[in-house]
Amino acid sequence: MDQNKNINQLVDHLFRHESGKMIAVLSRLLGLQNIEVAQDIVQDTLLQAMSTWGYKAVPDNPAGWLYRVAKNKAIDFLRREKRFHKISPEYGYLLESEYTLSSTVNNLFLENEIQDSQLRMMFACCHPSIAEESQIALTLKTLCGLSVNEISKAFLTTDETIAKRIYRAKEKIKTEKIELQVPQSYELSSRVDTVLKSLYLLFNEGYKSSNSDKLIREDLCEEAMRLCFLVTQHSLTAFPRSKALLTLMCFQASRLDARLDDKNNIILLKYQDRSKWNRSLMSKGFELMEEAAEPFEVSTYHLEAAIASQHAAARSFEQTNWKNIYHLYEMLYQLQPNPVVAMNKAIASAYAINKQNALNELQQIKGLENHHLYYASIGEIYFDLENKPEAKKFYQKALDLTSSAYEQQLLKSKINNC
Amino acid sequence: MFIFEGVQPGNLSPEHMQEHMGKWMAWIDKLRKANKYVAGEPLLPGGKLVSGPNGKSVTDGPYTEGKEVVGGFFIINAKDIDEAVELSKDCPDLGHGSKVQVRQVMKVEVGQPA
Repeated sequence: MDQNKNINQLVDHLFRHESGKMIAVLSRLLGLQNIEVAQDIVQDTLLQAMSTWGYKAVPDNPAGWLYRVAKNKAIDFLRREKRFHKISPEYGYLLESEYTLSSTVNNLFLENEIQDSQLRMMFACCHPSIAEESQIALTLKTLCGLSVNEISKAFLTTDETIAKRIYRAKEKIKTEKIELQVPQSYELSSRVDTVLKSLYLLFNEGYKSSNSDKLIREDLCEEAMRLCFLVTQHSLTAFPRSKALLTLMCFQASRLDARLDDKNNIILLKYQDRSKWNRSLMSKGFELMEEAAEPFEVSTYHLEAAIASQHAAARSFEQTNWKNIYHLYEMLYQLQPNPVVAMNKAIASAYAINKQNALNELQQIKGLENHHLYYASIGEIYFDLENKPEAKKFYQKALDLTSSAYEQQLLKSKINNC
Repeated sequence: MFIFEGVQPGNLSPEHMQEHMGKWMAWIDKLRKANKYVAGEPLLPGGKLVSGPNGKSVTDGPYTEGKEVVGGFFIINAKDIDEAVELSKDCPDLGHGSKVQVRQVMKVEVGQPA
């Protein structure tokens, strides 16, 4: 160990990310039914690192150190538990013999096997029999190393609610006898869709504005991207739509820094300082978009990514190609005819066609009666049509419906301008 | 000598553990730069308690889970106990139910009565 090595040389979130990797690997080794044992081993390993690295120094290969300790703890556990077949359906026969025990454990900690385990864990956490909200909570707990408290903060809910979601997910793992497998060919496509959907929701949860801790929300976006990247790296799951989702995330994330002002107020797209958009994420987005184009498939992620790319390509709000955007929304609406898409399409039409068209489209939408953005959009159009009394009325309706402090602030300033 | 007594943290998230470790390293770094730090070792949890004539009784312990355990020690250079106490106040564990015992090591010259 190098005495001069200090904490600053540790990668951000090292413990969190390694915890996710080790839980995935150990659950594969011990069987997913023993996920709690895997979690305990990882917790012990990290505690051991915390109390020894603090005194000495960070080892040259921190992840390697963690893996070695976790491996030994796992081997101890396996030697104590002799019912190998019950423990690990995949490796039981190899774990029975001292001869193959260590090498089997060692092999699982090789880089490509770690990625494989993480992918399997993603499929397990996003098993269709588990409710969506529980899928996300379990993913964050097991794959991203977030604590129940960190998750509940990000979701603006209580620890109890999150603990319940995780508990329900684990119950499903038991009752459905879910194991860590990559799904069979006939169900692979739909299972990948469930994973992508869950990652999409996770990203949105982090992206949507709200008054909770900004940092932890950006972490959610980062975690969603990290996992989505893994999906795109595996030959079995690197569908064009997986890449399209990652493209979308890159474009959206590139605007994270420009989205809030110093006082955490939302800055609308129209007024954002585009020089604050993250160039490297944007170019990553354009690069991925090309990759997502082959083999040909059109998913909602493709269309959303294409819309986001139109914004990224525009030098200013005025120079945005709204005709393209409107057209893309029309295609998206065909694939996904829901009122939120209809609302976005209507807003795009305000710039692509005219304000009156946007107002007509908005007024025809059914099902957004409790959605503050719906009323805010109508208010915005009335404001642009210079009908201030109507604008004020709709801004007020929106204000009554939102619980986000940021958005309340924004709407109040709009009402004052009417 | 600083002897660290504390409760083993049970529910720290990985992120918190990393953060907490960072604080310890920064503290040791500070002591080292000021030439105050001599040595230190963490102690593994668990251990045995030996007692009775010829060590007749050997039990697990001296502690049970959740109770205060000695987590490690530092040997530091300080001119007197007051300076040592001042130095100990930066310990990142303080305020989380942990304590630092500050003790002086007795200097005994060989060949002379203490």
